[in-house]
Amino acid sequence: MPAPVQSSDPFVPEIYRVGAVRRELADVVTIEIEPESGGRPDFLPGQFNMLYAFGIGEAAISISDETKHGGGFVHTIREVGAVSRALAAMEVGASLGLRGPFGTAWPVAEAEGSDVVVVAGGLGLAPLRPAIEALLARRERYGQLAILVGCRTPEAILYRHELEQWRQRLDIDIEVTVDHASTDWHGNVGVVPSLIRRVAFDPDDTLAYVCGPEVMMRFTASALHEAGVATDKVYLSMERNMKCAVGLCGHCQFGPSFVCKDGPVMRFERISPIFAMREI
Amino acid sequence: MGGNWKSATIKPEGLHSLIGKLRDEAYRVVGPTMRDDAIVYDDIAGLDDLPKGWTDDQEAGRYALARRSDDAYFGYNVGPHSWKQFLFPPVETMWHAQRDEDGAMTCSAPSRPKEKFAFVGVRACEIHAIAIQDRVFREGPFADNAYASRRQDAFIIAVNCGQAGATCFCSSMGTGPRADGGFDLALTELLEGGDHRFLVEIGSEAGAAIMEAVPHAPASSEQVEAAAAIVEETANRMGRSLETDGLKELLQGNLDHPRWNDVADRCLTCGNCTMVCPTCFCTTVEDHSDLENRTAERVRKWDSCFTLDFSYIHGGSVRTTTHSRYRQWMTHKLANWIDQFGTSGCVGCGRCITWCPTGIDLTEEAAAIRAAPSKADAQ
Repeated sequence: MPAPVQSSDPFVPEIYRVGAVRRELADVVTIEIEPESGGRPDFLPGQFNMLYAFGIGEAAISISDETKHGGGFVHTIREVGAVSRALAAMEVGASLGLRGPFGTAWPVAEAEGSDVVVVAGGLGLAPLRPAIEALLARRERYGQLAILVGCRTPEAILYRHELEQWRQRLDIDIEVTVDHASTDWHGNVGVVPSLIRRVAFDPDDTLAYVCGPEVMMRFTASALHEAGVATDKVYLSMERNMKCAVGLCGHCQFGPSFVCKDGPVMRFERISPIFAMREI
Repeated sequence: MGGNWKSATIKPEGLHSLIGKLRDEAYRVVGPTMRDDAIVYDDIAGLDDLPKGWTDDQEAGRYALARRSDDAYFGYNVGPHSWKQFLFPPVETMWHAQRDEDGAMTCSAPSRPKEKFAFVGVRACEIHAIAIQDRVFREGPFADNAYASRRQDAFIIAVNCGQAGATCFCSSMGTGPRADGGFDLALTELLEGGDHRFLVEIGSEAGAAIMEAVPHAPASSEQVEAAAAIVEETANRMGRSLETDGLKELLQGNLDHPRWNDVADRCLTCGNCTMVCPTCFCTTVEDHSDLENRTAERVRKWDSCFTLDFSYIHGGSVRTTTHSRYRQWMTHKLANWIDQFGTSGCVGCGRCITWCPTGIDLTEEAAAIRAAPSKADAQ
């Protein structure tokens, strides 16, 4: 799963240019970026890049897609801090730095022949999107496929267009739920773990990919456990402070793991003893 | 080349000559010297810069220099400095970026002047600390090239310890007091009978080559035995000890032990322990730009897991309480490090004990958990 590639200097960014910008939500923007020279490095679904806004700093942003002709990366960014705000404010043609891709991937190949349950909370759908695309690209190789998405409100549903497109297919179960909604929402209301019992999968032969806020992942992991999915079949994408992304700055430690290189995608079995503890 | 001998003796003047030879060969020679009421590591030109006749008196939360009754040059233990400040500088520019009028950016690593260090007076525990940082910075999937370059060129003169400090516990960690490798030359200071000499062991071809140019005499078997006896005596006088058997599992299985709250009542989260630790490697980065926003740079600085900001992700810090931050540091150092790098992160130098303003002693904290574990094994 890990696919680290040693560049000549893993600390120095490559230069990319913004090719397209799309506002997704009130505080979420998707940018398409292409390398200024040379090709885009390969990536695996679930990996992330470190994006650098000139003079402001770097942020770890998951890769949510490749660009249409495969020449660049697509990143979906929530504006939560100085760097993410600067990245989200970039216009077409703007120059930015990129280091990556880093980290572990969703076990897409390992899921062949099995059912797959994908559970996303809020922006957690972004790092899952390349995995969903990979599963759909070779749909015949997998069993049941369920995509469960939870958001705070209907207005906060990320990739609504893509969800609607996926939903048109007859070979996926897609369920969307929101925490709060006004009366003009006719979909599900409630937390995303409650959707798990509504979709069909064989708990003895299912892989689950989960990404969202930690509290959401905790309840989702419990619900999957109750549904009979073993902890070694459940994968979570963790988030921690990151400065270097190459296991040298110490910030992203989560118990014995470095989230940047042993994660972000981690087998739940491996982290379950500390996952429920506070302040690890 | 070094002939067929493995050891020799030199007089203090020989050490002076050795330092001079290293300087002639464009080494930046760094060794112990006295400054700010402490023995620190800084540039040295010869014997006059060494802390001749001085020692350091250490206890938990206490460090003071004192006069020795003899003229030993290396009659102290370790001070607040370690060699990591040279191989892994506290502040390092990672790269520069420029932006033209159209906003197009370029980015490049700085050209770093090649710096060849010769370290004089490296303790056995410190050699192990350097080896631990080698694992971190050189042997992972990603390497720190600047570290690797400085490390490759470093010339190491070890000095075996002639005394153990009250906060020393290298014997427990298997890292001293005798330097058993990882040096170019190793000295043992011999003071008996008014004949002030150093027994010199050759550890590398570079060490042998430079010794050819330094006045030396063959070592007698008595001198070799005297040196061994000195180190053995030091080993028997360790100020502290740490039981390492099963320590990783003990700590990883006791993350909810009440002792973490107890130590949190004493810990100021000042981060001194991480700054003086010769293996702590955490860093943060700062991004700077000029007023016109045309040039920018990224600077890496030593960081400490004791700060609130260290674990910040949007929405707040992961580790807000003191107990969680002390637990992070100690479980990393003594337990998780083994999972990460195949070695403990502790070499038993005792700096974190000495330089803790409230005298927190990790050997005592580990012993307290061992005495009353809340769980027998890791979960």
